[in-house]
Amino acid sequence: MLTLTKPLLEAVLAHAWRDHPLEACGVLAGPAGSGQPQRCIPLRNVAGATDFFRIDPQQQLQLWRELDAAGEAPLVIYHSHTGSRAEPSRDDIAAAGEPDAHYLIVSTDPRHANEVRSFRMVDGVVVEERVKTLASAPDASPIEHSKETS
Amino acid sequence: MSISVEIPTLLRPLTGGLKRLDADGATVYEVLQQLEQRYPGLQDRLLKDGAVRRFMNLYVNDEDIRFAQELATPVSAGDCLTILPAVAGGAAGEGAR
Repeated sequence: MLTLTKPLLEAVLAHAWRDHPLEACGVLAGPAGSGQPQRCIPLRNVAGATDFFRIDPQQQLQLWRELDAAGEAPLVIYHSHTGSRAEPSRDDIAAAGEPDAHYLIVSTDPRHANEVRSFRMVDGVVVEERVKTLASAPDASPIEHSKETS
Repeated sequence: MSISVEIPTLLRPLTGGLKRLDADGATVYEVLQQLEQRYPGLQDRLLKDGAVRRFMNLYVNDEDIRFAQELATPVSAGDCLTILPAVAGGAAGEGAR
């Protein structure tokens, strides 16, 4: 399951609509292994196409390095489909190269507008997962508020 | 001193989980040839028909080898070869409905 906050999801959708009809792409970064994406990093689709995206390899390397140095990871890799549903295409599956990442796809196709779906993709195997949206970021500590009696 | 090779998560099952390897060679291709002998199957994930696969990026000291001499890009002791799966895709591939 992918858990992310509403503002993050809104940032992804806003990016997708801003770039429509070109495909938009970016990552949601957060502490490595936390499963809690904290910030949206929109990236430029150097393919500049309505049905294909590619992050500039140089920009990708630099970003991956920066995240790694900060103890972060690209927890979610997102992109938009602008003329079809939010389902992985053959290219999406062939390209998927981060086994630990959630692949979030959003649609800006008027027939499926704002469809949001998430997948794990490893070595050609695709598994859809539930997307859970939180109103705001969860506390770092468990939410057990045991009242102290003094 | 040899060439340091960074292996992405995706390919670590082929290297026994190792993230960083040392190898020798005068070009990127030679380094990959040597790695293939130690970790069979690695080269197939990186190359197809004698060129770097479409969705795979190779960098020598942070420079994409597509902008250098591709597989013939020279390397020398102390260089770092980074392998990184491209972030790419899109609806073009058949299968998106």
